[in-house]
Amino acid sequence: MSYSYAPLLFFAAIGAAFAVFSVVGAGALAGPKRYNRAKLEAYECGIQPTPQARGGGRIPIKYYLTAMLFIIFDIESVFLYPFAVAFDKMGLFALVEMVLFIITVFVAYAYVWRRGGLEWD
Amino acid sequence: MTLLAAPAFQAPNLAYGRLSPLLIIFGVALVGVVVEAFAPRELRYQIQSLLALAGLVVAFISDVLVASSSPFSSSAGTGAFGGIEAQGAIAVDGPAMFVWGILLVMTLVSVLLVAERRLEGGLTAFAGQASALPGTEAEREASARGIEHTEVFPLVMFAVGGMMLFASANDFLTMFVGLEVFSLPLYLLCGLARRRRLISQEAAMKYFLLGAFSSAIFVYGIAMVYGFAGSFTFADVDNAISSRVGADGLLLLGMGLMGVGLLFKVSAAPFHSWTPDVYQGAPTAITAFMSACTKLAAFAALLRVFYVALGGARWDWQPVVWIVAIITMAVGSVIAITQTDIKRLLAYSTIAHTGFLLTAFAGAYQGTIVLTNQVSSLQAVLFYLVAYGFSSIGAFAVVTMVRDSSGEATHLSRWAGLGKESPVVAGAMALFLLSFAGIPLTSGFTSKWAVFTAAWEGGAWPLVIVAVVMSLVAAFFYIRIIVLMFFSDPVGEGPTVVLPSMLTSAVVTVGAAVTILLGVVPQPVLELARHAGEFVR
Repeated sequence: MSYSYAPLLFFAAIGAAFAVFSVVGAGALAGPKRYNRAKLEAYECGIQPTPQARGGGRIPIKYYLTAMLFIIFDIESVFLYPFAVAFDKMGLFALVEMVLFIITVFVAYAYVWRRGGLEWD
Repeated sequence: MTLLAAPAFQAPNLAYGRLSPLLIIFGVALVGVVVEAFAPRELRYQIQSLLALAGLVVAFISDVLVASSSPFSSSAGTGAFGGIEAQGAIAVDGPAMFVWGILLVMTLVSVLLVAERRLEGGLTAFAGQASALPGTEAEREASARGIEHTEVFPLVMFAVGGMMLFASANDFLTMFVGLEVFSLPLYLLCGLARRRRLISQEAAMKYFLLGAFSSAIFVYGIAMVYGFAGSFTFADVDNAISSRVGADGLLLLGMGLMGVGLLFKVSAAPFHSWTPDVYQGAPTAITAFMSACTKLAAFAALLRVFYVALGGARWDWQPVVWIVAIITMAVGSVIAITQTDIKRLLAYSTIAHTGFLLTAFAGAYQGTIVLTNQVSSLQAVLFYLVAYGFSSIGAFAVVTMVRDSSGEATHLSRWAGLGKESPVVAGAMALFLLSFAGIPLTSGFTSKWAVFTAAWEGGAWPLVIVAVVMSLVAAFFYIRIIVLMFFSDPVGEGPTVVLPSMLTSAVVTVGAAVTILLGVVPQPVLELARHAGEFVR
């Protein structure tokens, strides 16, 4: 190990000590302490959380379908961009592969559409 | 721009013909999803089940064709044949094609169980509407309207496709993709039971969480091995180990983490704790499928990783496998004694069998020449898994038939006196249990003989002694069930055996036939396993 790293370690130690002191030490020493029940609740943008909705605050399963569809098309576009940029270099093989890939993705889409996954109610 | 300065693109060379079994299975699975989307509800069951069965048969035929036209490998002398396809990603070699064929046949048998409808009064054993909460109005309405989830067929096809990919992967990334492709459908299938839905969903949740952790650990191991070897390909990792280029710490860490991931899938102790819960909660047809096919695919992958990629580091991993094998045999055999549920008991039995299989794996015995009468560790393990798989599917098929008003009667007390109620069904179960115990003239004996021989030849004789002792312990609880079925009086109303349709009867018949045939004349299958040779490197 070379000595040239010693200053780096030194600064890292000072940085860590400062961070630990600010969080653990400084607040306890200098900060005001006023009790407020909202401070002990789960963080909710400063407002007090309302009582939970029917079903124990569960999120409707419809959001899951939306999220999954988003991921399907997100991943598709992730592959489509580099494909479009490099298309002229790759020729017919890449075109066939990409068409196969898009068909596969649309099979999933067709399934969701036919089974009513796109209807909100 | 650097992207435009990239080297000229070369289309990868894919041997579609030699990969056709995989492509057919995935193609059929996709068509299954399209059928699910567009076919009318009344026709779906018929179309899906026929499509799945036809796909499996066609894939099996193409597997046989590929195997019979495969040239011997260039690395001659090892008895390996076949080659590495898809730019080094997939090894279509003897063991891979053997595993593909057996996976397809065992899945075919399992699909018959999945398609069984008479036992539940005209519906499959899968939840009508899995999204309906258990015990709600929506669930009652779905079951009153006779709604079925025919998605189970495409899901099984995706699972078996992933297993085939997993067993034949020749680099770590392909192997991981295969692992996920077969795991995700299985997590779903576990949660789809029509009866006892809460325990089924609990099983799926446990399987998913633990499986996700083990996959993550597996990937972490891959990253470490990549850090060691600078490549994902098995051959490159092997080269890096034999030329000792990388840092040993990375290799050991990676090997250990990957071992955890793979041993989880074969349910070896101490990574076995998901097995009883999942086997108990999952629909019994899926339990049968998992116990036969997942185990086969996972063992094939385990052996390929540790023999092909990490074979040079054998002295590092072998002692650990010894310990794992002993713990697994002990946990499986001893804890099974206290079980009171037939599905949990069979789950612990499967853990014990994993232990027996690990003895051959730890022996790591490579047959000198293919022509001699000895079997290598790989061939012994493959033969054992064929024998065990069919007995296991048969045993779970019997479990689906023993029922009372609330569905399957899995508690052991309900099995008392089954021999008087239905001698044929109890006799079939007794045959499967005797095979699990390793009694001569059943497949369990010949397969145990094969793995113990391979372990002994490989110098793992202390393991063989432990294994024989543990077989005796295990024999106790198998025999106890037989005594319970034939020599006890039924408690209360006693169990009833519901007459199934042709499908389940066929599964039990096939299971029993294979169990007896492999016990009396094991030579053809043993010969086939020997002919499959070793992994291509």
